[in-house]
Amino acid sequence: MKTDIKLAGVGGQGILSIATVLGEAATLAGVQLKQAEVHGMSQRGGDVQSDLRLSTEPIFSDQIPLGGADLIVSMEPMEALRYLPYLGPRGAVVTASKPFVNIPNYPDEAALLAELDALPRVTRMDIDAVAKGLQAPRSANMVLLGMAARHIEVLAPDTIREAIRIIFARKGEQVVEDNLKAFDAGYEGIQ
Amino acid sequence: MAEKKLLLGDEAVALGALHAGLSGVYAYPGTPSTEITEFIQGSALARERGVRSRWCTNEKTAMEAALGMSYAGKRALVCMKHVGMNVCADAFVNAAVTGVNGGLVVVAADDPSMHSSQNEQDSRFYGKFALVPILEPSNQQECYDLMASAFRLSEEVHLPVLLRMVTRLAHSRAAVAVGEPGPQNALNPDGDRSHWVLLPGNARRQYASLVEKQPELLSRAEKSACNALEKGKGLGVIACGIAYNYVREVAPEGISLLKVSQYPLPASLVRELADASSRILVVEDGQPFVEEQVKSLLGAGYPVSGRLDGSLPRTGELNPDNVAAAFGLEAGAVHAKAVNLAPRPPQLCQGCGHRDVYTALNQVLADYPSARVFGDIGCYTLGALPPFRAIDTCVDMGASITMAKGAADAGVYPAVAVIGDSTFTHSGMTSLLDAVNDNAAITVVLSDNLTTAMTGGQDSAGTHKFEAICLALGVEREHLHVVVPLPKNMEEITRIIREELAYKGVSVIIPQRECMQTLARRNRQKRAAQ
Repeated sequence: MKTDIKLAGVGGQGILSIATVLGEAATLAGVQLKQAEVHGMSQRGGDVQSDLRLSTEPIFSDQIPLGGADLIVSMEPMEALRYLPYLGPRGAVVTASKPFVNIPNYPDEAALLAELDALPRVTRMDIDAVAKGLQAPRSANMVLLGMAARHIEVLAPDTIREAIRIIFARKGEQVVEDNLKAFDAGYEGIQ
Repeated sequence: MAEKKLLLGDEAVALGALHAGLSGVYAYPGTPSTEITEFIQGSALARERGVRSRWCTNEKTAMEAALGMSYAGKRALVCMKHVGMNVCADAFVNAAVTGVNGGLVVVAADDPSMHSSQNEQDSRFYGKFALVPILEPSNQQECYDLMASAFRLSEEVHLPVLLRMVTRLAHSRAAVAVGEPGPQNALNPDGDRSHWVLLPGNARRQYASLVEKQPELLSRAEKSACNALEKGKGLGVIACGIAYNYVREVAPEGISLLKVSQYPLPASLVRELADASSRILVVEDGQPFVEEQVKSLLGAGYPVSGRLDGSLPRTGELNPDNVAAAFGLEAGAVHAKAVNLAPRPPQLCQGCGHRDVYTALNQVLADYPSARVFGDIGCYTLGALPPFRAIDTCVDMGASITMAKGAADAGVYPAVAVIGDSTFTHSGMTSLLDAVNDNAAITVVLSDNLTTAMTGGQDSAGTHKFEAICLALGVEREHLHVVVPLPKNMEEITRIIREELAYKGVSVIIPQRECMQTLARRNRQKRAAQ
């Protein structure tokens, strides 16, 4: 059993925290993992992506092949579309729906969301609004992780919850609780 | 059971070195190598053992200091990105001639596809050129394991060992089984001056002895567990370093496969593979280093494919898709490229001082259509992109000042150099001295954000010393200015630039304001401490 995930976003949006939690969860569950990150110049407000591969079998390539991703998880809707050629035939897309516009030629929002919604398996949510509604505005990425957890067959949601506790423990109980609340909201799909 | 840790390839290299009894790491930050030194700087074991780990001014000072530690009998590590090898090449190549005492391992992290670089040179050529052993791990576990082998090998053959990484391995995380830390070497300076004083008489003897070591290095590579041949039928594949993973990901069952992670190229294994196969495909990340050697080894009659015949692309990094194509397998995209998509290039942070520098420069230079701005390596290279489009060149560390000088010598006016603080101490100080000695008509903008920002905010070697350095190099007091790059100071900054452009000698303007990223990090740490 395997889940290959393309994590996407804009430099500074915190996709690596999602990767860190899933890495911890994989370690807890004894699931194998490879996660290729982007460092350096590309982090400065440009598009960033990380290939996260989870499997019960040995993993060779650090990169996911074209058409090989089971899941695209994106902090930004246009960035979700960027990796479509990597999405597999039964792959799902889980994305934040609010555009992050820091370029002059950002596409028309309605057309972009329509292109997203035309894909077979798409979940999108205004994760910033959900996080704000929960009084946990800094936990938007954990809302997204909750949404994604529905599609990560190789890890049980309780294992991911445990990983959130471990990863954020040093930031205090309040941060742990906020992130768990955000994760659950994403998992249950509460708008 | 060994403990398992989730580590980046870079972190696995660092921990492997620490567990191999490292006494000092010497490095200048450079993507994708930076995290090796950062891991050691943050390690409790390194602190406990007093492992020396502060950033160096450039790769050459790093290599020389490491050689000094090796001379004294201790194990030393040097880390850099591939282009850093160009900077330290003098010390590296000659360290192979002197030989080493304590183990000396040089990590060069190559960047095929140039994710954060200006070329994709393959560091294995440097290893071959210097006649030293090269190790090339294929995964994170080997990054850890090979460090112990590298230090042992270095001490056994008395040579520096080059360990070659690539971006995808340096910056990819996986679980690594780690062992226990071994002892550090005791202080034991080498007493044999005939090895270390490279006067021609000694150098000839040392170089002959280096050449004489080559059959032993080859024999070690041929017997090494790093190089393994699995025999099958039909196609034979040579997979070097990380390429092994792509081959295992996509290759059909039953082929013959030679995994290469130690050089010199194990010629006997290549011949054995050739005998067992009808043709050979060489899969290697970077330049066709092995492919050329295999062709020369097997002769024109034996069919060898790889990057040279187009089976694999001549440029860019390997991935499972181009390796699959080399096996004749179709690429697997099922969804077409999206329609509503725009490129999102990196850009200077909001509030960054470099922005104000380029705003000021553009404002003034609008009145000088013949002006040329010579850029350098760092975040501020992004000034080449919209909205600024403010620089005309970016070549190598320190080239801004010396290229501006050469252009001014040729008659370009105004000739402006833009260089960051860390790049200036890395390679710009000697350039500035040349300019001063020639009284070149150039205006140098030394944009000081008090850090090495591009690689994530490492300490910069010259912080708080730039005025003193410029004065000491001979820049005149009245043509040296420190300004604070903020929109409210635009009038002052543009006035100074105009005045200095009019001066037909060397001027240095130092816009000085902390990087937004390190400022934010400091504020976060302050909040956390409260």
